[in-house]
Amino acid sequence: MTFSPELEARFAELARHYPAGRQRAALVPMLLYAQDETGWISDPVMAEIAARLGLTPLQVEEVVSYYSMLRRRPGGRRHIQVCTNVSCLLRGGERLYGHVCRRLQLEPRQTSPDGEFSVEEVECIGACCWAPAIQVNYDFHHHMTPEKFDALLETWRGGR
Amino acid sequence: MYNQGHPAEVRLLTRRFGLADSRSLNTYLAQEGYQGLQKALQLTPEQIIEEVKASGLRGRGGAGFPAGLKWSFVPRSSPKPKYIVVNADESEPGTCKDRVLIENDPHQLIEGAMIAARAVEAHTGYIYVRGEYRYLIEILDRAIAEAYAGGYLGESVMGTGFRFDLYTHTGAGAYECGEESALLESLEGKRGIPRIRPPFPAVVGAFQCPTVLNNVETFCAVPSILLKGAEHFASLGTRKNGGTRLFCLSGHLNRPGVYELPMGFNLRRMIEEVGGGIPGGRKLKAVIPGGSSCPVLKAEETDLPMDFDSLQAAGSMLGSGGVVVMDETTCMVRMALRIMRFYAHESCGWCIPCREGTLWLRNLLDRFHAGEGAARDIPLISELAQNMLGKTFCPLGDAAALPTISIVKKFREEFEAHLAGRGCPYGGG
Repeated sequence: MTFSPELEARFAELARHYPAGRQRAALVPMLLYAQDETGWISDPVMAEIAARLGLTPLQVEEVVSYYSMLRRRPGGRRHIQVCTNVSCLLRGGERLYGHVCRRLQLEPRQTSPDGEFSVEEVECIGACCWAPAIQVNYDFHHHMTPEKFDALLETWRGGR
Repeated sequence: MYNQGHPAEVRLLTRRFGLADSRSLNTYLAQEGYQGLQKALQLTPEQIIEEVKASGLRGRGGAGFPAGLKWSFVPRSSPKPKYIVVNADESEPGTCKDRVLIENDPHQLIEGAMIAARAVEAHTGYIYVRGEYRYLIEILDRAIAEAYAGGYLGESVMGTGFRFDLYTHTGAGAYECGEESALLESLEGKRGIPRIRPPFPAVVGAFQCPTVLNNVETFCAVPSILLKGAEHFASLGTRKNGGTRLFCLSGHLNRPGVYELPMGFNLRRMIEEVGGGIPGGRKLKAVIPGGSSCPVLKAEETDLPMDFDSLQAAGSMLGSGGVVVMDETTCMVRMALRIMRFYAHESCGWCIPCREGTLWLRNLLDRFHAGEGAARDIPLISELAQNMLGKTFCPLGDAAALPTISIVKKFREEFEAHLAGRGCPYGGG
């Protein structure tokens, strides 16, 4: 399993952040940064990171299964996360979520056949005052409406 | 900021927001930046801690514990290294203030962490940022690099020989990691399950060493306290509640947004004046005063000062500053269900009363909201929630139980209205 030079540099930098003998502390950041590059946490990614930190793959899997952002299967190139928690709910978050699923013809956590989109209903993403909000990968989109989502979809499809 | 300011605001922590390049070291230095640290470097650790104690600064993450007192628990004579940990795992539903503090003024947070380091003689710090806030890690990393280059971080801070290194550390999606002991587990590369306390993090924290762990907003207040003096900070708020607070006004409001207001600002004024009131002339029904784990207040209970002690006296909590406003069209059973769904999803499963309680309550509330409940379920919901209180290692169990108990108690008639056999009287809304 090989990673890009950029990711390797990031790993090397992380390794010097933690006290001697505590290299395991880098585990969660390494997993998330690796996922950003490879799209998901595959068995080879897990085995590679485990070996680098002196852990067993099982110890890594135990951690992966805890964190909601870490995926054990591929997501779409654009992973759309719709918040439906209280502040978003009060401003139409659930309707928006339904609309996004219908427009993309996707079930929750399903990935489109072309690998372009996946949808997930998420808990509070910290955009309560600008609700309803979605995150597309790491990008926030505030004050969303079904119409604004459709416009966003058009720009993505135009840009392909 | 993503919203306009308001004349009632007292801009202390947010005073640099909106300036050109407000994130840059140059702007920061031109606007009193690192001057609090400069002062701190001339004081003894005891003096710094006394200053923070006298300011009345209380933890902005939610618990409201006096920050100076927390720092004083660190055994400075211990031969172990000490650590500073910044809790930027902001995930309490209704809360989005730490995000704007970092986004607009990252150096203020760095300076606050450094003053804390000086106070407890720590030489390493971590800013634990929730995974979803990736862009903030990039902003912080740039600011940290600038601070190193400018001699504000590293081997000899401002030429004094005091060494301090600061790093960002990403989470990967877990509400529970906002709880201090779970955060420390996560920082060490493990599942974020809470630790049994005592010992508290001040004595046994990161990597089993003494640790000061505070919320972003708490650290951000520290440079101003050192620079302008404890008295100035204390005078902005109410008794034992020093300073200002970033309130996140969300929900049914004309002008939702993050506003910096003095501690003790009246909640009704906050809703009507600062937040611009409720759209369409509709009536206020209820308010979550400090994030979803707080007991709700009814409309008639909102004429009260927003500080830790007043909220506690009113049977709720000031919490994280997330003020969620609900108008008369809101179904409170649905709110109770949505809140419980969240806690059931986020319960780490370590403590059985929380793991089982949140699931049972979610299922019960789900059935009830759909109109399939029975009259006996109403006291059962309360009873199940009561049985979670105080029976878990961390406050997540209480966080799930408290709003539920309050909603059943204060809006019982709405539960009864769901029993008429026609489902939700608000049409699912």
